[in-house]
Amino acid sequence: MADKIATREAYGKALAELGEKYDIVVLDADLAEATKTLMFKKKFPDRFFDCGIAEGNMMGVAAGLAATGKTVFASSFAMFAAGRAFEQVRNVIGYPHLNVKIGATHAGISVGEDGATHQCNEDIALMRTIPGMTIINPADGEEAKAAVEAAILHDGPVYMRFGRYAVPYLYEGKDYQFELGKGVTLAEGKDVTIVATGLMVHIALEAKELLAKEGISAEVINIHTIKPIDKELLAKSAAKTGAVVTAEEHNVVGGLGGAVCEALAETCPVPVLRVGVEDVYGRSGKVPALLEAYGLTAENIAAKAKAAIALKK
Amino acid sequence: MEQTKLAMLQEKAREIRLGALEAVYSASSGHPGGSLSISDILAYLYFEEMNVDPAEPKKADRDRFVLSKGHTAPALYATLAAKGYFGKENLKTLRQVDSFLQGHPDMKHTPGVDMSSGSLGLGISAAAGMALSAKISGDAYRVYTILGDGESEEGQVWEAAMFSAHYKLDNLCAFIDWNGLQIDGKVSEVMNPTPLDEKFAAFGWNVLVIDAHDFDQIAAACEAARACKGKPTAVICKSVKGKGVSFMENQVGWHGKAPNKEQYEAAVAELTASV
Repeated sequence: MADKIATREAYGKALAELGEKYDIVVLDADLAEATKTLMFKKKFPDRFFDCGIAEGNMMGVAAGLAATGKTVFASSFAMFAAGRAFEQVRNVIGYPHLNVKIGATHAGISVGEDGATHQCNEDIALMRTIPGMTIINPADGEEAKAAVEAAILHDGPVYMRFGRYAVPYLYEGKDYQFELGKGVTLAEGKDVTIVATGLMVHIALEAKELLAKEGISAEVINIHTIKPIDKELLAKSAAKTGAVVTAEEHNVVGGLGGAVCEALAETCPVPVLRVGVEDVYGRSGKVPALLEAYGLTAENIAAKAKAAIALKK
Repeated sequence: MEQTKLAMLQEKAREIRLGALEAVYSASSGHPGGSLSISDILAYLYFEEMNVDPAEPKKADRDRFVLSKGHTAPALYATLAAKGYFGKENLKTLRQVDSFLQGHPDMKHTPGVDMSSGSLGLGISAAAGMALSAKISGDAYRVYTILGDGESEEGQVWEAAMFSAHYKLDNLCAFIDWNGLQIDGKVSEVMNPTPLDEKFAAFGWNVLVIDAHDFDQIAAACEAARACKGKPTAVICKSVKGKGVSFMENQVGWHGKAPNKEQYEAAVAELTASV
């Protein structure tokens, strides 16, 4: 197994593999090579349909396929799947609660060189507002694959968020069971809870190490299912540590940070500080440089963790 | 067309018009103009053309219908009631808070509705998806949809048109209700989408132009659509908005306005007298 894999790559592999087991139909909008649905197309050309550069129509076609009994994957970049086609997703997939699984790749700032127009830092916020939408943001290749199968087995629409940038495997050598809607405690701690999703999960684990050097014990929770969010686990951890930091490759408005604040405000109010894109647009650059420029680093998470601890009563 | 069949269809269309008006009148809200312009097409589809069974609204091999111009739901509901999917008394509950007859079609709660619709331009894409689904599975059912002429200003209609021709969805038949009026005025003045026939032809469709109120022409169009292989069919239907109620005919003001008591009674009298 490679040390690292982009979750979009794992998505493509999972589709190609699970296509043997499940009768799924896959749609793409002229990005099959980039979203990696090409792997499925090569193996199952009769169940793959390119919709061309027309994401709105693709979502409508997906709805029609699902309404006649098919389980459908519709893929594009997050910007177009969640952004361009928001209203289609809302009205013909979300409202009738159809079995359409949206595979949105190239999410977040880690799109890199393509820059702001293609760096979707808003998709989680958009999709969270759709009643009945399940949102999964896997943290590594293994979780991405598990998410695809969970999406197939789930009755209703699912939005899956995948990245372009390779991320390390988190669970090597461990017996990991993905459970939709359940957060994963990757490390136990007592002073602060770091709640991370997607690409930021392995960076949160680095932040934990930085904090440990200063004698601070951080709990690290991976929230792969952003909706419905694991309120119980969050409240339990917040009650234990009394301070929370969220970390996501998304706008700090409306994403994981927003979801965690909403959940804890109603269950266990504690100080919550958010690490993410600070309500600004992205820009072109190499991914490590961008993560640095937007504060998506272990150092920033550690600094916010200390600030959150200082806010405890 | 033989006289008895024609008389039956005319009677069903009359029932649909009366039902749609009763629904809109009861709701004091809704879209009568475009409901009346598609009543004849709906009567033909549900009482002659489509393989559907109200006793088994979800049967897998049924033909599908998508009302892409979803705001004319009153006509669809009146059709479904006339066909027996639910009792006609329900029409009076249109747009009420506890009703299963929503302002726009809702596939989750209304028996006989195959797709939720109403946001213009989306229905034809869903219809294309259904037609593709039949092709994938080798199913014989056909898919019908009705679009508005104003709706064809939506870019997605043309994305769907491109898609349907590309995948040779000859099991898809789209009726375009060419009544010439939209909310803001004449379609030709608001944003002229014509020539619709040439546009659909250029997108690779089999195109027919008919009178939306002539059952012989509707029948011939459906037959031609079934006979056409390798292409979806677009039937451009020259229609009269408000058809059947003289004071509503060709009046843009009746796009989305409910009649008052006197107007409703006059409309019912006129539709009833025409038999």
